[in-house]
Amino acid sequence: MEIEDPRPVPEPVLLQVPPPSTGLRPASLQQPDLPLTDPSVLSAPIMLQVERLNLFYGDKQALSDIHLKVARNSVMSFIGPSGCGKSTLLRCLNRMNDLIDDVRVQGRVLLGDTDIYAPETDVIALRKRAGMVFQKSNPFPKSIFENVAYGLRIQGQSDRNLLEEAVERSLKGAGLWDEVKDRLKDSAQGLSGGQQQRLCIARALAVRPEIILMDEPCSALDPIATARVEELILELKREFTIVIVTHNMQQAARVSDHTAFFWMGKLIETDLTEKMFTNPRQRMTEDYITGRFG
Amino acid sequence: MRRMTERLRQGGVFVWFSGTLLAFCLAMILCLVGFIAAKGMGYFWPSPLVQVQTPEGPVLGEITGQEPARGEETAKTQFRVGNRDIYGQDFRWLPTASLATPKCPKDALLIERLEYGPFIGRIVSLSHEGHLVATGPAAMSGALDRLPETNRVRRHIQSIEKGQVGDLNRRIERIRLARRKLETRGDIAALQALDTRTAQLQTTYDQVQTSLEQSRAEAKAWTLGLQTVDGQDKELPLGSVVRIVPANAMGLLDKLGVYLSRLWEFVADDPRESNTEGGIFPAIFGTVMMVLVMSVLVVPLGVITALYLREYARQGWLVRAVRVAVNNLAGVPSIVFGVFGLGFFVYGLGGSIDQLFFADSLPTPTYGTGGILWASLTLALLTVPVVVVATEEALGAVARSQREASLAMGATKWQTLWNVVIPSSTPGILTGLILAIARGAGEVAPLMLTGVVKLAPSMPLDGTFPFLHLDRKFMHLGFHIYDVGFQSPNSEAAKPMVFMASFLLLVVVVVLNLFALNLRRKLRARLGGSTF
Ligand SMILES: Nc1ncnc2c1ncn2[C@@H]1O[C@H](COP(=O)(O)OP(=O)(O)OP(=O)(O)O)[C@@H](O)[C@H]1O
Ligand SMILES: [Mg+2]
Repeated sequence: MEIEDPRPVPEPVLLQVPPPSTGLRPASLQQPDLPLTDPSVLSAPIMLQVERLNLFYGDKQALSDIHLKVARNSVMSFIGPSGCGKSTLLRCLNRMNDLIDDVRVQGRVLLGDTDIYAPETDVIALRKRAGMVFQKSNPFPKSIFENVAYGLRIQGQSDRNLLEEAVERSLKGAGLWDEVKDRLKDSAQGLSGGQQQRLCIARALAVRPEIILMDEPCSALDPIATARVEELILELKREFTIVIVTHNMQQAARVSDHTAFFWMGKLIETDLTEKMFTNPRQRMTEDYITGRFG
Repeated sequence: MRRMTERLRQGGVFVWFSGTLLAFCLAMILCLVGFIAAKGMGYFWPSPLVQVQTPEGPVLGEITGQEPARGEETAKTQFRVGNRDIYGQDFRWLPTASLATPKCPKDALLIERLEYGPFIGRIVSLSHEGHLVATGPAAMSGALDRLPETNRVRRHIQSIEKGQVGDLNRRIERIRLARRKLETRGDIAALQALDTRTAQLQTTYDQVQTSLEQSRAEAKAWTLGLQTVDGQDKELPLGSVVRIVPANAMGLLDKLGVYLSRLWEFVADDPRESNTEGGIFPAIFGTVMMVLVMSVLVVPLGVITALYLREYARQGWLVRAVRVAVNNLAGVPSIVFGVFGLGFFVYGLGGSIDQLFFADSLPTPTYGTGGILWASLTLALLTVPVVVVATEEALGAVARSQREASLAMGATKWQTLWNVVIPSSTPGILTGLILAIARGAGEVAPLMLTGVVKLAPSMPLDGTFPFLHLDRKFMHLGFHIYDVGFQSPNSEAAKPMVFMASFLLLVVVVVLNLFALNLRRKLRARLGGSTF
């Protein structure tokens, strides 16, 4: 179910653009790399690169042959119908799927220069470089301060001044500082849903990751809280690289530079967001964007 | 008929049914506690001393029971006549029909004393070092005046005997052991130093003994001349009188005073007369202490087991089997745990500890005999399944999203467990502890094999270094009930003690549980509420 956005959005107009002439069918997905990769990405510095990624839950294949590049300091959004593998792919990027029994991953994922599935990669160090924000806000049952300081504390940081500085910077970064600066000692569970989600973002920011992975961060928020998070994403882009999963087409259009459309575990198309929403190359993408299926 | 099925479908009937059952259960529990409390607490209230005339002579005592006529048997009344040293028994059954004209003479007394149970009769004289000081009512008031002072002297003697004398004995014993070690080595100088030390201690010991003798003489100086209702005379040193209760001459306030002082004596004093009189403080203390030591042992044991089973072990048939086995431990009869504790902890572990660290004092065992540590460990084993099950449940109930949040921050599994999962599970762990306490505090059978005694000479916690003596034997309320009720030579007189000790055991369990509940409430508030 989509959340109605109160603000006027220009995208719906674009969505009514007639179907593109190319009309490629999914049959051509056998070698999706060249035709589907957004050429503009290739020229920018690359933060994240996914190559020939296959993922199996037991015998069931959830991702097939994904190729994807994410440019530094950009926002990439993943869209697609429910169950198409967006979350699965996102969780591949910081190896959260390791926690599930019976998962098999083939292929390569490069974060900067690190092959994150290489045997010598330290998962703990990797997760510090790739922060994650979940669909449902999940602050710890600790104080606001301790929530934000958590990442630094587990890295062994106990210098009070440094922690205070980092907490303030992160809360400011997440646009929450003014609302909570007088009650840092209060429990985080006393915050509103939107505040809690921004607290989770601040918590992820505190360890200064290189990339932030967000899985439907606004799906449980009201329109105003959603708008705040979206603004925040646009600001964070200056410092971080962001990958966001969303079911909200308008949101993808508003916040992301690039969009990737998935269907049944396959990457159908990825392109600059404007292009994707105005002039998708795949028929299926267009059907999905205009709401004809999914 | 249709209305009936309609009602059934709505389920209102079942709500009523279960509600009624619940009320019934609550009423049963209240009855149980109330019955025990009434039986026990009533015992301390001074009851009137009734004098009746029988064909064999007059009888004076408290009425403690009635039996209605049944067939051939005529109705009978039970009197507690006291004076075990004179009559040979505390209680007498008299045919109710023969009890003409019961009287309550004002000068009748019940005297609680250190030996032979209470004396019931009259005071006829009071003398000091053999010289008659007063007779009749004057003797009685004189005795009442002197009593607080003699009681104080007696307490003083007791405290010296327990404290100073015991302390000196322990020190002399320690020197004796050191001597034995030095003798084998042949260190003359050190031996001489020890000898002077022993001599010093011996002088102190003698001094203490002299002052004790003085106090004892003082306590014996005053003597009461007593007479039973049937005219037998008896001399009793005032020093061995605990309390004089002229039950028939007392007003409500006086009775209340006696009641409270008896109650206090019961809760705060040491037992007398092979536990059938005096207080049960050492048993209360031993019970609480044992439960606390058990809690300290059972929580780490259970939590670590549960952590391993739930978080680290590969979930498979082996873990399932271990889990079933742990749960079944809860069903093993507790006496079996006692046997295990005796064989493994006392003889095995304790014996080895003695050989390694306390070889000097062998063959007297230190840890190689029952003690509070072994008893608590045995009970910890007995109650560990509850803690394991409760902890596992609590660990499983911690939201997956919380763990993921921590892991995604780059925390290791252990950091996640320590910082997020365990803090969130502490209320659940405490629930386990509460259940363990409830189970452990009432257990008696395994303790009888691993360290409980009828009368412990010293407490497991006291003022002598190292203060906490986990090797010592201890007293326990549950065992006390059994001992007083079934093992004492005078079980009729000890009946109220059984009720009272049961009631106190209930109180101890409830208090310990309330303590843990309060802790859990505070933790919950801290987890969900304002600060952490
Ligand atoms: N732990 C798991 N074990 C087995 N199969 C799983 C598991 N998690 C996800 N899947 C399957 O993998 C596929 C992709 O799931 P995923 O959660 O990535 O979808 P999604 O695109 O995020 O959907 P949604 O938009 O509803 O969140 C689904 O078919 C799902 O059933
Ligand atoms: Mg998802």
